[in-house]
Amino acid sequence: MELRLDVPGRVQHLAGQHYVVRLTAEDGYTAQRSYSVASPPGDPLVELFVERLDDGEVSTFLADVVEPGDRLEVRGPIGGWFVWDGERPALLVGGGTGVVPLVAMLRTARELGRTDLLRIAVSTRTLAELPYADELLDSGALVVTTREPRGVRPAGRLTPADLVPLWEPGRTAYVCGSTGFAEAASQLLLELGTPAADVRVERFGASG
Amino acid sequence: MAGPTRGFLGRRRERDPRLPPGQYDTGRDWPVLTAEPTPRISPETWSITVDGRVEHPTTWTWDEAHRLPRAEYRGDIHCVTTWSKFDTWFAGVSVDTLLEAARPTADAHFVVATSKTGYTTNLPIEDVTGGKAWIVWEYDGGPLPVEHGGPVRLLVPHLYFWKSAKWVTRLTLLQRDQPGFWEQNGYHDRGDPWREQRYQGD
Repeated sequence: MELRLDVPGRVQHLAGQHYVVRLTAEDGYTAQRSYSVASPPGDPLVELFVERLDDGEVSTFLADVVEPGDRLEVRGPIGGWFVWDGERPALLVGGGTGVVPLVAMLRTARELGRTDLLRIAVSTRTLAELPYADELLDSGALVVTTREPRGVRPAGRLTPADLVPLWEPGRTAYVCGSTGFAEAASQLLLELGTPAADVRVERFGASG
Repeated sequence: MAGPTRGFLGRRRERDPRLPPGQYDTGRDWPVLTAEPTPRISPETWSITVDGRVEHPTTWTWDEAHRLPRAEYRGDIHCVTTWSKFDTWFAGVSVDTLLEAARPTADAHFVVATSKTGYTTNLPIEDVTGGKAWIVWEYDGGPLPVEHGGPVRLLVPHLYFWKSAKWVTRLTLLQRDQPGFWEQNGYHDRGDPWREQRYQGD
C-alpha cells in the first residue's frame, strides 16, 4: 500500500533513504517502524510503501485505519549509506518489497533524464505480489518470479547468467530485500567479481 | 508533533519493563541487518588486535583468544531498527581482559572497532570497560553464525546493536572520538537505547 504524505518543511531526501512513522496511543504508548521512500526528490509528497502484515501492529493501522487528512508523526529522511547520488552507474537488485528504495532510484533517474545509468534486476514470488510491477517492467527491468513461470522462463531465482550482462566494473550494486534474498544476491555479485566495497546492502525482515 | 495519533490504540497494554522506549520484542527471531555482503572468515585466519593508544599493542589468534579467561553475557540486546531480543546468551572473552594486556595509555578515551569488511563503529572507553563489552564467538552454546558476525563479533549489549561490530578484528584506542560507519551516516554517536539515541540530534 502506498502512503502519500505531505511533510511541511521537509529536508529533501536522497533516493534510497527511509522515514520512521511513529504512532502514539492516548495513554502515551508508542510504536514506530521504518518505511522506505518510493518517491523521487521532485515529488511534492513523500511516498512510503507499507506492506500490510496481518499481525503487524503498525502496518495494519496504516493500512486499515488511516484516512486521507489524518496527521501522522514522521521522522526522516534517514540513512546515508544505501543512497544513490543520481550520477554514478548502478545495478539495482531487489527482492519482493525490497524494490521500494530502488523504485525511488528509478524515479530519480527519470527526473534527471539519466535512466541510462541504471540496470535493474528484480525477484518476486509472483508478479502480483511485486510492488510497482508495471513501472519496473516499463523501465526494462529484468523481473524473475520464483513461484510461477514467466513467459518461457520457469519459476526460479536470479542466476549468475542473469546478472553477468548487467554488471560491469565501476558500477555500484544496491541490493535490497529479505535477509535470505540479500545474502544470496550479494554472494552472487561477489562470485561475478564485484568488489565487496561496491556492493551496498539493505536487508529487512518484515516489520509489523 | 506531540499528541496521540487518531484511532491508534496499540496492541500491548502491559509493556515488558525490559523493553526500552520504542522497541518491540522480536521473540525467537533474530533479524539480520548489515550494510555489506557477509564475509567468509575462517577461524584459522581470524585474529583480534588491540592497538592505538596502548603501551603493548597485541594480537591474539583464534587459539590464543580461546585460551584467555572465558566470559559470558546473558541478557537482552536492542537494535535501532526497533526490535529487542530477550535472554540471549553469548560467550567469548571480556574486552577488559584484552585491555589489561594491551594497557591503554592515560590519554586513551575512545575506541574504534574495525571489522574484516572495513565496517567501523566508535565508543567511549567507558562503554567497553567494567564488564560491559565482550568479544564473542559463541551464541546459545554453539558457534556464532556468520550472518550474526561469526566467527567473532564485538558485543556491547547496553547500546544499540550497530555498536556490536560483526566480524571484528581490531580495537583501536584513540585520544579523540572518531565517528564510525553509521555514526557518519546519520546515526547517533553513542546509541543508548534507554535514552532512545537513535539518530543524530536525539
